[in-house]
Amino acid sequence: MSENASESSKSLPKQGKLADLIKKTASEKIGPENTVLVWPNLVYLELIAIMVAVATILFLSLVSPAPLEELASADTTPNPTKAPWYFLGLQELLVYFDPWLAGMVLPTFIIIGLVLIPYVDPSPLGKGYYTFKERKFSMLGFGFGLALWWVLILIGVFFRGLDWSWYWPWDDPHVHQPAGAVKLVDLEILLQDFLGLNEAPLVTLGRYAVTMSNLLTWAMFLGFYAVGFTVPFLFFREFYRKLGFVRYNLVMFFFISMMGVPMKIFLRLLADIKYVLVTPWFKI
Amino acid sequence: MLKLLQKIRSIVNQTQVFKSIFRHGYPDTDANRALVMFSNVILHLHPVRVRRGALKIKFTWCLGGLTFLFFILLAITGVILMFYYVPDTRRAYNDIRDLGTVIYFGSLFRAVHRWSAHAMVFSVWMHMTRVFMTGSYKPPREFNWVVGVILLVTTLVLSWTGYLLPWDQLALWAVTVGSKMAEATPFVGAAGPFGPELGRNSGNDMAFALLGGTVVGQSALLRFYVLHCLALPLITALFIAVHFWRIRKDGFSGPL
Ligand code: HEM
Repeated sequence: MSENASESSKSLPKQGKLADLIKKTASEKIGPENTVLVWPNLVYLELIAIMVAVATILFLSLVSPAPLEELASADTTPNPTKAPWYFLGLQELLVYFDPWLAGMVLPTFIIIGLVLIPYVDPSPLGKGYYTFKERKFSMLGFGFGLALWWVLILIGVFFRGLDWSWYWPWDDPHVHQPAGAVKLVDLEILLQDFLGLNEAPLVTLGRYAVTMSNLLTWAMFLGFYAVGFTVPFLFFREFYRKLGFVRYNLVMFFFISMMGVPMKIFLRLLADIKYVLVTPWFKI
Repeated sequence: MLKLLQKIRSIVNQTQVFKSIFRHGYPDTDANRALVMFSNVILHLHPVRVRRGALKIKFTWCLGGLTFLFFILLAITGVILMFYYVPDTRRAYNDIRDLGTVIYFGSLFRAVHRWSAHAMVFSVWMHMTRVFMTGSYKPPREFNWVVGVILLVTTLVLSWTGYLLPWDQLALWAVTVGSKMAEATPFVGAAGPFGPELGRNSGNDMAFALLGGTVVGQSALLRFYVLHCLALPLITALFIAVHFWRIRKDGFSGPL
């Protein structure tokens, strides 16, 4: 075997999988023996699908017409004010993040992340068929994000009521939930009290009084990303090698940011933390 | 009975009118079944032959096609609704209410429009999920995935702009939630990080551009109306055309 051939086969998967791959690629060639006429085969299938879908829509429309509430009025605010269901995930995030993050930065990340998917996934495996085994990381990563999106929507639709409080289906939706006794606190205050750090700022940059505990929260925030970037690099070098420098960093940035969302939610729910990072310009 | 129908069909097929429209006989021979794909503009979206596997419903679940169907339903019912609706804050609400009380089938058209919108948002998500699960975004289809993401965004924005038009409490406040977020955009929103530092105030920021004012009022209604009924449907249709064109060029990623 020549130097070259062994080099290229190294980057391809093991014998069995490679054989499969070649078979699949070869079978992608379209010959008349593998194909059927679109009319009638596909066209009839589509006709059936269209009829079923239209019948369903008509049925739903007849049993449940479009709602119309009171005339819009700036004087009375409905409680709760809910966005349409497909945006309730983002609205639910408002509980845990400021509007610039929940409403703007995170959606932008989602869109950019989606656009990047085909360009950061170099694996030729699993093209054109369902498989979990051959692409575990991408399936799990995408599945996680998707699950997060739908879970947040379901919470927003079914479990949020007056004052955006949590309502179980058996709670009376017309009675306000008692205001929670918990007091939310910023991570830097928590650290300051816990470690007994000095409250006086180390330096003051314009409006920004940088305290010791504030620096610590910066270190923890950046450390979250730093650890996220380095751990796969150190312990899953094969993963890094397959992606290459640019793809690896893009994937990790969006992956870590995505994981940060449930992290922050848990910090809020378990430790009553309001912000993990506070500056005069933005709070996270 | 069947014989009679066949007889009628064969006579109709011979008429000059039928031939002038369809240019070939009824598609019951292979030749005519191929010709029908070439000569019919809608069927032309398809190739003449597809791989056997493309017929497997459990591969696509028909989701892309259904998304397109809902878009068509929305266009048809939307045009009808436009006959009765004026985007004026003093009229809009009553126009919508009239649809339910004085206009024949008005309630039905409105309901179909609403349900199709829900269905389109749902099916476009499901379609994207399917395309991901089958790895169909991999080369050479990377760019069609990007076109798809654009379609996902235009679908969501279309639905959202439509939400304001009935001018009821639901509409006003759902859009107010959204405009609060626009206000908080970093750099270009008056309440966003570095917005005030860059000179953004409530009179020149992102939310102002969206609403045409500082509150959800007449200018916002007009903007949303034009976006919802004109700009966004055109953009969406354009990208759907590109999307379908690329599918035809790249072939289908499906199994055999
Ligand atoms: C208005 C929205 C959309 C419409 C009308 C639409 C329509 C379609 C149709 C009819 C197909 C043929 C196969 C099928 O039915 O599944 C298709 C395939 C495809 N769509 Fe979409 N789509 C839309 C949005 C999207 C989105 C959001 C994505 C991904 C982000 C996407 C990515 C793709 C790709 C990559 C294919 C090729 C699949 C293959 O070859 O297996 N599309 N689309």
